[in-house]
Amino acid sequence: MSETKSEAREYVPPVIKAEELDPKFKYKMSKIHGAEKVMVCFQCGTCTADCPIARFSEFYRPRRIARMVQLGLKDRLLLDKALWLCSSCFTCVDHCPQGVEIAGIVRVLRNMAVAEKNILPLVYKELATNLMKSGFVYEIPESRLQKRVEQGLPPLPKPNVKEVMKIFEVTGSADLLEKVQTFAKVESR
Amino acid sequence: MSNPKYLLFPGCVIPYRLSSYEISARKVLAKLGVEIVEMPEYNCCGYPMDVINHELMLTLAARNLCIAEKVGLPIMTLCNGCFCSLNETNKLLKEDKRLREKINGYLKEVGMEFKGTIEVKHLIYVLSEDVGYEKIKNAVTKPLAGVRVAQHSGCHVLRPRKYVGRDDPENPTTLKELIRLTGAECLDYMDETECCGNPIIGVNEDVPFQMAKEKLDHVRAVGAQALITVCPFCHIMFDLNQPRIERAFNEKFNLPVLHYPQLLGLAMGFPPEELALNELRVKPTELLNQIK
Repeated sequence: MSETKSEAREYVPPVIKAEELDPKFKYKMSKIHGAEKVMVCFQCGTCTADCPIARFSEFYRPRRIARMVQLGLKDRLLLDKALWLCSSCFTCVDHCPQGVEIAGIVRVLRNMAVAEKNILPLVYKELATNLMKSGFVYEIPESRLQKRVEQGLPPLPKPNVKEVMKIFEVTGSADLLEKVQTFAKVESR
Repeated sequence: MSNPKYLLFPGCVIPYRLSSYEISARKVLAKLGVEIVEMPEYNCCGYPMDVINHELMLTLAARNLCIAEKVGLPIMTLCNGCFCSLNETNKLLKEDKRLREKINGYLKEVGMEFKGTIEVKHLIYVLSEDVGYEKIKNAVTKPLAGVRVAQHSGCHVLRPRKYVGRDDPENPTTLKELIRLTGAECLDYMDETECCGNPIIGVNEDVPFQMAKEKLDHVRAVGAQALITVCPFCHIMFDLNQPRIERAFNEKFNLPVLHYPQLLGLAMGFPPEELALNELRVKPTELLNQIK
């Protein structure tokens, strides 16, 4: 191949192999809250056209996510870091003519990526760690708490950290977080 | 009619870095006769944990709801994110018996049970529905005539429609109406309902910066002197991050971003220092000189 060839010519579309497809995946997804209606998506593309993230990213396409769920491309979906670009603005949810909750589907897939592929962006692990330690997702320094009172605000109620930790344990979240591999950033183009 | 009484849910990010929002909100609410009760032993609303485990989010939110049920008062949030998770969880658990039983199974481990006896409201709906436009109008003693601002309501105070179901997400009017009561002009601009981008800033900065820059462009294009927000995350994106956005795109915006209760507070005659206006990153000097 010569180097002078244009990029467009060298582009090889990703081939989907039949063995990659999990035909039962869409049924499994349809049973999970938030993703119930994924099968009625008819690929009109309203979600992508109205998605503020898609406008500025070359990868993130909500319609593509819905189609990949229908096809059963589970591993590709769960391992694709673009999944973490959705900002949960819910524009797609409100605009879908079929009532498909695309942002709900993204949430279900993210939960699945954490539980089955053990991956999570670093920022969420940090927030969760703070939450387990302090009851808040940000560890509020003592100086801040003091400043509040100086500014005339009532003292911040002390969270019940024991109960918060218990909730992480009984929902299985503490174990999930123990296992996850984190990654720092997601490219958008 | 007796005065509205609410448990205030400050969340995490407001006590962490945006006390200015809480200070100004408490000031105007007190003067408008809204009684505030402190929320005992609350924890994070759960919203940021939804990406990890939906049931974890629901249970963390439900724990806060149980505390409010025990006190017997509705919750008022200042943050759109807190409103999103607390309101959605409240509605889901009220409607879905099976889900309620499951979450109650987890809550039992901390000695709690969700019963579904309270409501969750965001500040702007407390103002529009409980206090009422008439009362707010009467409390405005120093109308901000000649001041031109634009509003950014943010996403979760409007969407998803099926859980919020108050203002029209396509053409929101609540915050605009609240702004007009102060005597200021509220300008329309392009793509008003677009997201600020902040929720993904922890994984990618390029996209949120472009989103916020575009919003600042549109707000500037109509000649607004300030942008008004009602969510700490939106506020951080447009105020705290504004110098970074300016550097990234080699542009100068110098657009002050006020929490709505700061704007209302000025119109109610509070001096700027009582509304923590000095804590804003982009100083609203010109605006304050104008209304002196």
